[in-house]
Amino acid sequence: MGLIDLLKKIEPDKKKSPFLHTLYDGFFTFAYAPNTVTRGGVHMRDGMDLKRLMVHVVLAMQLCYVFGTYNIGHQHFVASGQYLGFIEGFHLKLVHGLIQMLPIFIVAHVVGLGIEFWFAAKKGHAIEEGFLVSGALIPLIMPPDIPLWILAVAVAFAVIIGKEAFGGTGMNIWNVALLARVFVFFAYPTTIAGDEVWVSGFASIAQETQNGIIEITQSSYTWAHGIFNNLFEFMGINTFEAGAPFVDGYSGATPLALAYQGGWENVTNTFSPAQMFWGTIPGSIGETSKPLIIGGALFLIITRVASWRIMLSMLIGGITMSLLLNAWGATPFMEVPWYGQIYMGSFLFAMAFMATDPVTASGTNTGKWIYGFLIGFIGMIVRVLNPAYPEGWMLAILFMNTFAPLIDHYVLEANMSKRMKHA
Amino acid sequence: MNIAKRKFSIVFSLVFLSQFSFAQSGNSSNYLIYGLIGIGLLLLVFAVLTLADNLIQIEGQKMGVNTKKHDLGVFPKVTEMFSTKAPQYINNGEEYKSFSKGFDIKLAGEATGKIKNIHASRYALKPTDFIGMSPIPKVVVAEGDEVKAGDVIFFDKKRPNIMYASPVSGEIVEVKRGAKRSIAEIIILADKEISYKEISAPDLSTIDRDTLKSFFLKNGVWPMFNQRPFDIVADEDVVPRDIFISTFNTAPLALDNGKAISGNEVAFQKGLDALGLMTDGSVHLGLDGRGKSPVAGFASSKGVKKSYYSGKHPAGNVGIQIHNTAPIKGSDVVWTLDVQDVITIGKLFTEGKYDASRVIALGGAQVKEPAIIRTFQGANIGDLVSGNLSDEKIRIIAGDVLSGKQSTEDDFLGFGDTQISVIREGDDYEAFGWLLPIKPRPSISGTFPNFLFPNHKFEGETNTHGEKRAFVVSGQYESVLPMDIYPQHLMKAIMAGDFERMEGLGINELSEEDLALCEFVCTSKMPLQSILREGLEMMRADG
Repeated sequence: MGLIDLLKKIEPDKKKSPFLHTLYDGFFTFAYAPNTVTRGGVHMRDGMDLKRLMVHVVLAMQLCYVFGTYNIGHQHFVASGQYLGFIEGFHLKLVHGLIQMLPIFIVAHVVGLGIEFWFAAKKGHAIEEGFLVSGALIPLIMPPDIPLWILAVAVAFAVIIGKEAFGGTGMNIWNVALLARVFVFFAYPTTIAGDEVWVSGFASIAQETQNGIIEITQSSYTWAHGIFNNLFEFMGINTFEAGAPFVDGYSGATPLALAYQGGWENVTNTFSPAQMFWGTIPGSIGETSKPLIIGGALFLIITRVASWRIMLSMLIGGITMSLLLNAWGATPFMEVPWYGQIYMGSFLFAMAFMATDPVTASGTNTGKWIYGFLIGFIGMIVRVLNPAYPEGWMLAILFMNTFAPLIDHYVLEANMSKRMKHA
Repeated sequence: MNIAKRKFSIVFSLVFLSQFSFAQSGNSSNYLIYGLIGIGLLLLVFAVLTLADNLIQIEGQKMGVNTKKHDLGVFPKVTEMFSTKAPQYINNGEEYKSFSKGFDIKLAGEATGKIKNIHASRYALKPTDFIGMSPIPKVVVAEGDEVKAGDVIFFDKKRPNIMYASPVSGEIVEVKRGAKRSIAEIIILADKEISYKEISAPDLSTIDRDTLKSFFLKNGVWPMFNQRPFDIVADEDVVPRDIFISTFNTAPLALDNGKAISGNEVAFQKGLDALGLMTDGSVHLGLDGRGKSPVAGFASSKGVKKSYYSGKHPAGNVGIQIHNTAPIKGSDVVWTLDVQDVITIGKLFTEGKYDASRVIALGGAQVKEPAIIRTFQGANIGDLVSGNLSDEKIRIIAGDVLSGKQSTEDDFLGFGDTQISVIREGDDYEAFGWLLPIKPRPSISGTFPNFLFPNHKFEGETNTHGEKRAFVVSGQYESVLPMDIYPQHLMKAIMAGDFERMEGLGINELSEEDLALCEFVCTSKMPLQSILREGLEMMRADG
């Protein structure tokens, strides 16, 4: 095996340069499954390991990535009234989406992995694969226009305080990706709350008119768009043209914001249920396309990577709460039917990818039913009754992450008292 | 009754509170109210029926009816309607349990065919086979002594009544020492024809327990009594609550015990009779209910409680059978024995000699001709496998691939071993092996296409397929352990040294072989069996 011998020769020494050794080890085990054999205990081991588990979760999300990236571009042009068809202006939308998405993806991974590598080197153990999933999730839950430095600080917070301070992969109490988002939510709320945040590529520019200087929101592009403009001109196809304002009456509101203002009728006036289902609506990058999320969830259930108990009980909890709110019916938002609640916002995304994180969820099967149900239940309460922000999954999941060990504790107490009771 | 009352009051208060919603909305929420009332009525009916069922059960028990066998409820039990049907050969009164949890590792190289007789040249008794043995037991023979089969070789000074006997006759050729002068092996060069020590067996119909107990202690069969909890040699001062014997082994490449009992049915029954005298409870026999016809020698046993079990591995493990029949609670002590141990005990009475012959299954993809071998306990492995192994880099395991002991051709079979597995040593790198595996490998994960080939037999190799990590996945161990135990939390309690939690979570019911499959499926490659043994030693030292 010539290549392996070559790679072994350039291996940095563990004592002299621990960081380089850890880095080398991480990439080597990425490329080659290690040759360690079993010692003591079982002699054969299952073919599944943590790397394989994590990579399947990342795979489940890939279609959401593709669609979400394209949707960034699509929403941008819909906002200014151009290229209203989904496929129209394909090259422009794809490029715009990539220009927004790739820096977020790269920054999240470089910051997160860099911190993980440094901690692994300091502690002297191998790089653990937990961040593969968190790093894939974080771009999908951020608004497309988020300033990169805010993202970097959020990722650093989530990895250092949310994960490494507790002991690394497998030891964290809270979902790492959600910690990043909640950091942005509380520390830089204007970047993540409000109607226009979910449509990218627009800036407020002061313009002089007859009535004085007013602020107009119009599309603005960066140097990266300029490079592609040269390419597109060369190819003779449409280019990016800055300065297009919002279409009359366009607010950039997501379905949830509309539901908060005026109930289900308000939502269906702007977006058709088909649009909300297929995902050509503004929102977080990965949460809009329901069939792709459902496909990812089914993939995870069939390969037994994620727990179907949590997904099912969260669905039941959310539907139960929305039915109860329908019965109450005090505000228009409460009257939104239960299937409407599933169409809007990140309910399905949180169910498929966030709630099912095995480290932060309950460990016992009974506990998983209770945990999932309460996430659905509480998340719906936060979504509908919260005056400041019309989405509740991030807070509900972090809340239940705090209580997951307690649920497990009572399940185990029941098991222990049943056992200790003499027949 | 309390639960039903609570349910009823919750529903009632919900209905009551929901009246407030009438004030706000018009008539659209009527469905909810009527739905809640309907559910409340259903719960009331259910509570009444449950109460009635419980009262009937109490009456039935007072009258002496066995409420487990006969269903006295009003409605048929849902579980019975949907569970797997018991096979035809099970009589009324014999229990049948089917386990849905578990996993069969199908390995290539299963031993079949007629039994080959291989008399090894050397045999050994290893004090290290017995957990809790002092490092330096008292060896009563010296190098060069001639011994007969059944003669005492050594005993533990801490437990001087339990004698450990030689499996064969011959000359003591070496007392091999290990670290710190501990005794590792006592090696015997065997005679071609085995001569046995004369044993005058007492009459089982007139003997009392204590005399029988000293008979067993003197003649070297006491080490065959395994005690649970802790899975150690039984304490001679404690009377066990029950004795459990599992007659089928579901481990990969395990021996089919039908081969072991054929020709020895009388001795087996005699052994069962003797065991029945050693306990105040019953001798439980765990039989194979997986659909094939039962083995006559086991199914026709008398004086024992027979239960049929079916399911994937570890359905054949005696620990699982104990848990699902009569779990170990509090300070209960139960004994477990292997089928061939019972035959040896029986032969003390039927033939008046200590016959430690064993039937061994030699299997694995790296064995050229897998075979079933008749030899004696403690045989030299090299003699058993000579000329039968492939040239690749291999690992010889005395026992099964899940809980056996790594051995070389110079090593000897352990005291309780009934199989030898030989698999490939998988110490090679595989490019992107975790992402795109080329060689098929057994796994419970749905990420491999194994479910498309349910009867494929795997080669078996020792690569760990990943590195050790912290616990991440949950629910994995529970899916292959058909016991009401939470293994992951038990492991954490052991690592934390929390005695009450360990006991409460059921450590006394477990032995390494029960958790071996959990260790196989562990995604984080944790060493569960050694953690469990640490916990058991902590419990043993403490109590």
